[in-house]
Amino acid sequence: MRNPEKGMTLIVKTITRLTVGLILLYGIYIVLHGHVSPGGGFAGGVIMALSFIHLMLAFGKEVALKKLSQAAASILESLGALMFLAIALLGFLGGYFFFNFFLNKGKPFELFSAGIIPLCNVAICLKVGAGLFAIFAVLVLFKGSDEK
Amino acid sequence: MSSLMELQLLLLFMVFAAVVAVEIEDLLSSVIAVGAVGLGLSLAFLILKAPDLAITQLVVEILCLIILIRATIHRDLTLVKDGRWFFNTASTLLFIASLLIFAYFALRELPRFGEPMMRVAKEYVGRGLEKTGATNMVASVILDFRAYDTLGEATILFTAVMGVLAVIRKVGRIKNEKS
Repeated sequence: MRNPEKGMTLIVKTITRLTVGLILLYGIYIVLHGHVSPGGGFAGGVIMALSFIHLMLAFGKEVALKKLSQAAASILESLGALMFLAIALLGFLGGYFFFNFFLNKGKPFELFSAGIIPLCNVAICLKVGAGLFAIFAVLVLFKGSDEK
Repeated sequence: MSSLMELQLLLLFMVFAAVVAVEIEDLLSSVIAVGAVGLGLSLAFLILKAPDLAITQLVVEILCLIILIRATIHRDLTLVKDGRWFFNTASTLLFIASLLIFAYFALRELPRFGEPMMRVAKEYVGRGLEKTGATNMVASVILDFRAYDTLGEATILFTAVMGVLAVIRKVGRIKNEKS
């Protein structure tokens, strides 16, 4: 973040430095409370991807790719997909695909409730967020190599 | 009934913005008009009391807008101006007319707006909380009752990302002879 030539102006960089953590935190909140309040894995994952995209737009692609490289994004995405599938397969413990295998569902309106639904939300968030960030990163990199 | 009128005003705004997006010359203005359509759709979801969809629509719209702006802002795409305008207009009118005719017969069979058929949904809404423990009914439907559909949707997104990463990659690509 020291390089003044890359990215946008100082105003944008200062505002980004203040807001990008809050955006990431809001995404995590939306994901973890997906079974209690509106939101869920998809929206939260996209918000988390947007925080990294925000970083990339303001500071240039090197800074954002140092935080989360394209290979790491691919690995995270595959991990999310595998986790979702694993949760689905673990349902065979109770009898069928996607069986909600926590017998004690917890109290409603609490964070740790609803069995597999928060776990599925986390898996979908990893998959969607990392996947969309990888698409954006690859488009930016491709454009950069195209113009030179 | 005031919320219904808000919804209709919003739909009018969205139709207007969509027409602007198609007809305007400047690509960047066209992308902004597409964003206005998405914002209107998000507000429409909010009026219809679907905050999950509103959040998702807003966020995905922002992401698509960023990608579209970065894709279009430096490109000069040539627009096809002249062509077989008589054939184009006639075929467009023909397809619009056939769509309207079939929609007239098909849409009569749908349940009226605001009076849905609650055959399966009655079970989900009535017993969703005690069966899944999730207070967000949408989450309990998409991740418990209908999780198989969500798996399919996740697979589609996974395949799309893999396809993009495979097509626009740097590793293993044959180098251009000039560079």
